[in-house]
Amino acid sequence: MVKKPTFSEEVANLLHASHGEPLKTCIQCGTCSGTCPVAEFMDYTPRRLIAMINANLKEEVLESNTYWYCASCFQCTVRCPSEIDIAGLMYALKRYSIWKHLYDEDAVGPVFSETFVKSILRSGRSYEPVLAPTYIFSYGVREFLNEAHTATTLMLKGRLPILPPRIKRLDNFKKMANRIIPMGEA
Amino acid sequence: MKTFSYFPGCSLEKMATSYHQSSVQTTKALDIDLQELEDWNCCGATTYFHVDELLAYTLVGRNLAMAEKAGHDLVAPCSACFKNAYFANSYLKEDEDLANHINYALAQDNLQFSGTIQVKHLMEVFVDDVGYDTLQERVTHPLKDLRVAPYYGCQIVRPRKDHEDVENPRFFEELITAIGADPVDFANRLRCCGGSLLITSRPAAFQLIYELLLNAQHSQADVIATACPLCQTNLECYQMQINQEFGTDFKIPVLYFTQLIGLALGLPPKKLGIGTEFVSADHILTFAKEPA
Repeated sequence: MVKKPTFSEEVANLLHASHGEPLKTCIQCGTCSGTCPVAEFMDYTPRRLIAMINANLKEEVLESNTYWYCASCFQCTVRCPSEIDIAGLMYALKRYSIWKHLYDEDAVGPVFSETFVKSILRSGRSYEPVLAPTYIFSYGVREFLNEAHTATTLMLKGRLPILPPRIKRLDNFKKMANRIIPMGEA
Repeated sequence: MKTFSYFPGCSLEKMATSYHQSSVQTTKALDIDLQELEDWNCCGATTYFHVDELLAYTLVGRNLAMAEKAGHDLVAPCSACFKNAYFANSYLKEDEDLANHINYALAQDNLQFSGTIQVKHLMEVFVDDVGYDTLQERVTHPLKDLRVAPYYGCQIVRPRKDHEDVENPRFFEELITAIGADPVDFANRLRCCGGSLLITSRPAAFQLIYELLLNAQHSQADVIATACPLCQTNLECYQMQINQEFGTDFKIPVLYFTQLIGLALGLPPKKLGIGTEFVSADHILTFAKEPA
């Protein structure tokens, strides 16, 4: 009889490919939380999130905003005395929640990430203007106007692209990506 | 003359054209040949890795394989591109199974990863391949008395690579000294600018940018020097919005380290892309003077 893996074991498997020590070695010292520049915005600090994963609190972990606040500064990863790749853990949780569609519906992060990747797979390069709709509607009126002003200035200074860039061997590129994630006709 | 494959990355195509221009101009002046990687693709920034790890390594792997074909080490000026290329390169070298997976996909573009090259950040080229002494000798317009805040940001030093000093690196300060300027004591030099949180979680990003600018102001910096297009955009293009939000009056120019080096080498500001800033850097130009 095969035993179904616990959430903690699932996360451990996700982290298997990343290059730090397993979460079970966490000593709950809080260096990560003290180091994280955005801890104050998170539902749970990184230290607490690790304890919650080890306690298999799957729903609470996935519904939290904690991992979507990680900006990949890797300060926690380089300071962790147990050498856990904490930023790598945040990546793993992002992938897991997108894969299982278990993220908070109001979060901008997952939609932005998916749109970004799709746009790259279409042209080979990233193009800022197509990404704007993924977040601009989450703004209030004043933020929206400020953002429009910044975008206009960028345009006037020649710092925003007018046309989307694309690579030359795009067909090969799409076929290549298709071998990793089959997405129908390339 | 030393030759590298050069990976400009998407930001340098438009948002950070000035970084591209100044990188090309300064390396040329210092006898470094940057050959742009033909038909390079986006490295995925941080977002590929949010969606699928194998796909992320494949897309970075394509660029690495093309640099191998060209036969030169790969140089990236953007810290995020650098981090992705550096770690994908070392993981693919270590993990044969991963490399086999990636090579199965790369075959569709007649490419193969074999692990024959190294990946460097552009700043390392100035530090290791040009060297502080040579750079200093080549300076014709030392930036005397210019107070520069060396903003390392994150991914140029983190995660840790070999045995580098992730808590107290000094290479940026050394470069600034070599061009005759004064590196200021900038406590937040290794702190995050918020990266793409600017888009996904704006209040958090604004808080980080605000703290960085405040700290640079306290250190009486005339200019913040960066080595990453995302840091430059966050700290500079959003400075006005930060002023509105926090009731501050920041007017701190944010230039790429290559633009400062270019000025010290006596290159024309326009060739270095100076003049496309939101926060004018005009008064910085007056520091670049031939010694009397």
